Amino acid sequence: MSSELRPLSAVPFWICAVLALALGLQIASHLASPALQGSADLPPAPRPQALRLASFAEEPAAARLAMLYLQAFDYRGGNRIPYQKLDYGRLIGWLDAILALDPRSDYPLFSAARIYAETPDPARSRQMLEYVYRAFLEDPNRRWPWLAHAALLAKHRLNDLPLALRYAQTVERYTTDPAVPSWAKQMQIFILEDMNELDAARTMIVSLLESGRIHDPAEIRFLKERLDELAARQGRRR
Amino acid sequence: MPSANLVRLVLLEARRGALPWLALAAVALSLGLAAFLSQVALTESRSLQAAIVAAVLRACAVFIVAAHVAASVLREIDDKGLELMLSLPLARSAQYAGRFLGFALCGVLLACFFALPLLFWASPAAVALWALSLALEAALVAAAALFFAMSLAQLLPAIAATVGFYLLARTMASIQAIATGPHRDESAADRFARWSVDAVALLFPRLDSVTRTEWLLYGTPAAGAYAAALGGLAVYILLLIAAGLFDFHRRGA
Repeated sequence: MSSELRPLSAVPFWICAVLALALGLQIASHLASPALQGSADLPPAPRPQALRLASFAEEPAAARLAMLYLQAFDYRGGNRIPYQKLDYGRLIGWLDAILALDPRSDYPLFSAARIYAETPDPARSRQMLEYVYRAFLEDPNRRWPWLAHAALLAKHRLNDLPLALRYAQTVERYTTDPAVPSWAKQMQIFILEDMNELDAARTMIVSLLESGRIHDPAEIRFLKERLDELAARQGRRR
Repeated sequence: MPSANLVRLVLLEARRGALPWLALAAVALSLGLAAFLSQVALTESRSLQAAIVAAVLRACAVFIVAAHVAASVLREIDDKGLELMLSLPLARSAQYAGRFLGFALCGVLLACFFALPLLFWASPAAVALWALSLALEAALVAAAALFFAMSLAQLLPAIAATVGFYLLARTMASIQAIATGPHRDESAADRFARWSVDAVALLFPRLDSVTRTEWLLYGTPAAGAYAAALGGLAVYILLLIAAGLFDFHRRGA
């Protein structure tokens, strides 16, 4: 901007008029255009390599922005399709591509387990839980919370105890990090109890106690109490 | 020390120009964008903020340095200031090195300033490593912009060449990954294309492996990998300076 300006009267009137008219037309055209329309359905997921290319080597930021895009998809403009009606095949493709972009981000699996798997549609819920299961196997020590949540969903929402047991057993089998809490590793005991598989639950507690992996006295006491309870329940059954 | 005088002049020009205000605006823009986006995040809102701020500030640092260097050099050429300098009893190498050091120092100062807001989200050690990497990256961009501005002698082509070079350097690893991906055929044309991509990649610095946002989110990188990445940058800066000196020495007075 120049430091010395001539007075406004130096500008010809027709230029001011055109400027005001153009500004008015711009605002009017914006107001007249319909609200931003979302597409009818989720577009096909991009390949992870394409996402990486588009991120210009800023994978963590791009992964999170892609998650915001995905989560905002349902709410945008005229797109009123609730997430339950999304094409879950495409949705999983997106989640997978985003997870490949930043494998250490929790966002995709958080959304998969906590949002998309909690749909009232059991078929879609199972589809999403299986995706969480597959993703867990790639990095068990980091992704165990989501499979543990999947086990809870399978047990309480789907009422599918064998599926819940499968997930709980997978958490127990594949996690090696000592930081993984005991409750996650011992989930299968409670599921076995619910399935009335008392012998299996008992065997599991005994093997846990004998493995030497549990050092906390309170936890050992708790497991022993569970063992006694199981023994009492077995006695009553006989 | 003629080079030191040139460094001082370059820094003075940057201070008197809009550079500090642009830097401040970039920080405000990145913080505003991060705050807005974190409002809609369901989880990882802090890491989202850190990632957005780091990515935006990195891009801003590079663009500010590239535009500043190109504009400054071309103004000097257009005002015949360069011709005057060349007529003085000053070694051309010293003139070129002085300009480069001044612009690189601008980049270093920008990197330090841009690292400060990241201390809200990441450990000081991670931020320090990120800032050092950004400082070297900005110095590399300064060297590239100086080379293109001197050799192309026009503003728009110089900025376009610098930005194109930078973006290609950041995406070259992804292009190579796509070229060697699973969905390719084994025809001669495909092999030639892959060979060409690999050959072109040899001429670019590995900008995808430096100034990583992951360092801020997931912890500092391994010392060996970090040193190798920054060593690669240093080698490429040397290459750009050598190419610039070669061109500058051949330039008519």
